[in-house]
Amino acid sequence: MKVKMLSRNPDNYVRETKLDLQRVPRNYDPTLHPFEVPREYVRALNATKLERVFAKPFLASLDGHRDGVNCLAKHPKSLATVLSGACDGEVRIWNLTKRKCIRTIQAHEGFVRGICTRFCGTSFFTVGDDKTVKQWKMDGPGYGEEEEPLHTILGKTVYTGIDHHWKEAVFATCGQQVDIWDEQRTSPICSMTWGFDSISSVKFNPIETFLLGSCASDRNIVLYDMRQATPLKKVILDMRTNTICWNPMEAFIFTAANEDYNLYTFDMRALDTPVMVHMDHVSAVLDVDYSPTGKEFVSASFDKSIRIFPVDKSRSREVYHTKRMQHVICVKWTSDSKYIMCGSDEMNIRLWKANASEKLGVLTSREKAAKDYNQKLKEKFQHHPHIKRIARHRHLPKSIYSQIQEQRIMKEARRRKEVNRLKHSKPGSVSIVPEKKKHIVAVVK
Amino acid sequence: METASKPGRDVQPKKARLQTKKKKPRRYWEKEATLTAAGASPGPPRNKKRNRELRPQRPKNINLPKKSRIPGKPQFPKKPREQRNLEPQRNLSGAQDPFPGPAPIPEEVARKFRRIDKSKKLPHSKSKTRSRLEVAEAEEEEISIKAARSELLLAEEPGFLEGEDGEDTAKIRQAEIVEAVDIASAAKHFDLNLRQFGPYRLNYSPVGRHLAFGGHRGHVATLDWVTKRLMCEINVMEAVRDIRFLHSEALFAVAQNRWLHIYDNQGIELHCIRRCDRVTRLEFLPFHFLLATASETGFLTYLDVSVGKIVAALNARAGRLDVMTKNPYNAVIHLGHSNGTVSLWSPAMKEPLAKILCHRGGVRAVAVDSTGTYMATSGLDHQLKIFDLRGMFQPLSARTLPQGAGHLAFSQRGLLAAGMSDVVNIWMGQGMASPPSLEQPYLTHRLSGHVHGLHFCPFEDVLGLGHSGGITSMLVPGAAEPNFDGLENNPYRSQKQRQEWEVKALLEKVPAELICLDPRALAEVDVISLEQEKKERIERLGYDPEAKAPFQPKPKQKGRSSTASLVKRRRKVMDKEHRDKVRQSLEQQPQKQEKKAKPLKARPSALDRFVR
Repeated sequence: MKVKMLSRNPDNYVRETKLDLQRVPRNYDPTLHPFEVPREYVRALNATKLERVFAKPFLASLDGHRDGVNCLAKHPKSLATVLSGACDGEVRIWNLTKRKCIRTIQAHEGFVRGICTRFCGTSFFTVGDDKTVKQWKMDGPGYGEEEEPLHTILGKTVYTGIDHHWKEAVFATCGQQVDIWDEQRTSPICSMTWGFDSISSVKFNPIETFLLGSCASDRNIVLYDMRQATPLKKVILDMRTNTICWNPMEAFIFTAANEDYNLYTFDMRALDTPVMVHMDHVSAVLDVDYSPTGKEFVSASFDKSIRIFPVDKSRSREVYHTKRMQHVICVKWTSDSKYIMCGSDEMNIRLWKANASEKLGVLTSREKAAKDYNQKLKEKFQHHPHIKRIARHRHLPKSIYSQIQEQRIMKEARRRKEVNRLKHSKPGSVSIVPEKKKHIVAVVK
Repeated sequence: METASKPGRDVQPKKARLQTKKKKPRRYWEKEATLTAAGASPGPPRNKKRNRELRPQRPKNINLPKKSRIPGKPQFPKKPREQRNLEPQRNLSGAQDPFPGPAPIPEEVARKFRRIDKSKKLPHSKSKTRSRLEVAEAEEEEISIKAARSELLLAEEPGFLEGEDGEDTAKIRQAEIVEAVDIASAAKHFDLNLRQFGPYRLNYSPVGRHLAFGGHRGHVATLDWVTKRLMCEINVMEAVRDIRFLHSEALFAVAQNRWLHIYDNQGIELHCIRRCDRVTRLEFLPFHFLLATASETGFLTYLDVSVGKIVAALNARAGRLDVMTKNPYNAVIHLGHSNGTVSLWSPAMKEPLAKILCHRGGVRAVAVDSTGTYMATSGLDHQLKIFDLRGMFQPLSARTLPQGAGHLAFSQRGLLAAGMSDVVNIWMGQGMASPPSLEQPYLTHRLSGHVHGLHFCPFEDVLGLGHSGGITSMLVPGAAEPNFDGLENNPYRSQKQRQEWEVKALLEKVPAELICLDPRALAEVDVISLEQEKKERIERLGYDPEAKAPFQPKPKQKGRSSTASLVKRRRKVMDKEHRDKVRQSLEQQPQKQEKKAKPLKARPSALDRFVR
């Protein structure tokens, strides 16, 4: 007879002294871990609920401007520094860690229309309603010196926007035409026009740095190549585009904020169909900015809210609003991709977390592991109706909520009409235009 | 558009030229690698060298810069990593690794950890979803292999009992086993002589360290049976029908003559639950925190012990219920009835999930193994049957016992114990995950009284027997899982660890509605409602938004885009699609014909006699 009984030595399973860690032997045999899926589901449900509990995105409000904030700019080298221009011609430089204004400049008479920093971070440019382009030093004036711009260019017409080249000492302004300037000269290197209309914003492509995009008030978006001195092509939409933003990771992709409450993500190579139509705002979209990862962007709207969209989704994943925030005019996603700033009509700049329930500060390794695990669980069970409902739920102000309802009814009516028309006409005579193609009028090369 | 791609074209050759100019110093250990790289790359290497020597400034050949762009890196095409490692690698010293690459894993071990059933096909999905699913599947596969590899680290080996050639292990008596094993194990065999309050029911706590038993005449006690330390002992002055530990050893439930009572580990009565009256059997579902009670009145009641609410009270409509067991795999309750059926219940449904006709007479005992694969039943017809619970509940084997088994229990490793009056038989399976074979018993034991309760101790090779003469702890080598998981049920856990485990367990209490036959169903794609939704959407919109657009030929250059050629190309694609459709329908047709042909044959015709 050969016999062996299971006989464990307790010394192998119990810690020796109280200072030791407890011993936890593991066995991953699935029979010892029954109900794996239901338990994971419950964990995912708990994680989703906690995410909503901890969703407190609002961090700070920077007040000090004496008129609505019209434009914002990030510092390319310092995360803590932000520049803002107001409707009374005042430019302020803020320190985000202290949440204080560190410098105030009366830059222009009338609006500050545009502001941008030089890629090296030593100076910045502003354009205003007084037909001037001014270059300022980033550091304040020394003791006894006067606050004066480094250079001032007096133009013939009003400039409505400005953007700096990402690598070279070149910047572009827009107004009645797109002008490209060398920093050393007082006249533009070249100016490009296509039609006669005022251009509201111009943006350099951060990857293919010679490319520019601009949007004009005759409803079109025009693309330029700086080396050619003539525009490349343009796309005409249903309504006016307020501004565009290039994807910092994919050179061909840009997103346009439109007056028809939608945002359009275009592939520059095929402008006839946008890659995605982002719908959720209930009023004109005024500004858009990409996250440095290129996966998401934030949009500011006239409906007093800002929304965060994933690039490949047509619906927003997040909406931020407060009772006091009025029409949001400008928005920026910070370079560490963690925060969002928005400047609004009622003279404040607000700082938000990009991920509403994220815990700020240093995480311990266990916290980090738990966070990652919960994230994965939420991802795994995101389509379950109960979890989906909790994760998607957002409180909205009454005005936005009722607007959404109203627009839903209108959309449904239009759709119904379309279906009826399709039903009662000869097959093939009425074609269904997909949502993506509906808003594109023409592409001109 | 062309201008956009220009910079890229400009930059590349420049970079390459720089690299060709700068000759990289060759390290002595790189000798082989570079040689293989040169060998693998297309084009003769000697030619390349000559090229470089003659015209170092302007390499015209486009292939050349491409080759030299990654000079040191050996060019392995798309070989899987494991294969590459199989080739013996030489160290600096010249020694060879005799076991290159990761250790091989036996297929059956990997299968144990595999969660995805590859035989199930997903519905036709978009390429994006499909690729995402494929990635998830590959990840899962990798995880299962890693988990299988970690099996090597398990510390303990399971016990065993083998007879010498020709010796029948069933003939080996307990006393002989006790004599042969070490002292610590021998101490696990004991008898409690309690003739006064007999017959006893007993239950081990989920971690396996604590034993609770209740005699029919009211004697209730719990003890730490490893150290033999008594935790509490009371007499409830009432008949005790069943006793069961709740999620930890601190609480236990006792089914008394009238009502259900809950006591703590000091024997203090915490609750008297009058909604559960005349309870005969108790089962506790630890992950749902549900106490299932079967009563004489024919009700199956689920009590949520974490909040003290009754979740469901189901009328089985089969008279008195006194045979009950739980399926540890999916928390479904199995009830045995006097008409020979076993019904499967979940609190989410008013009706049984399934009914299985098992025996001619009434069902006396039911047990389900820990993987939820096999169910053993015994009936008044003296039969002991084993059913496969996967699929159609087929009986696998049956055996007639002289007296018929009154009590059944499965151990963690799949041993089946049956109590027949005062004899206990234990059967064992042939290998891993196989049903116990009923031909030869593995062990037998005769007791001093009639068996009234059986329970295998978790994580110990011990079978607890409650009988009319008291309690017997019997040694069954190879019954229990040798390696416990410290985060689930840890027999050596401290008080602090228990408290933390309790909080965690309560946080992830599974809702009672999720109990169903397949607990993994929650992670699968709900194909039925998906298709239903799609159909509804098409109906609502009036057209299929996901339908493939008709093929539009792209215009070609240089005069090949004439209308005739466009039509030709369009027709070509249309014809191909049509052919595919016809082929598919043809493939399906013969199956239909076969189905149709059979009933036709059954009816004979008068003309059949002329058929040669």
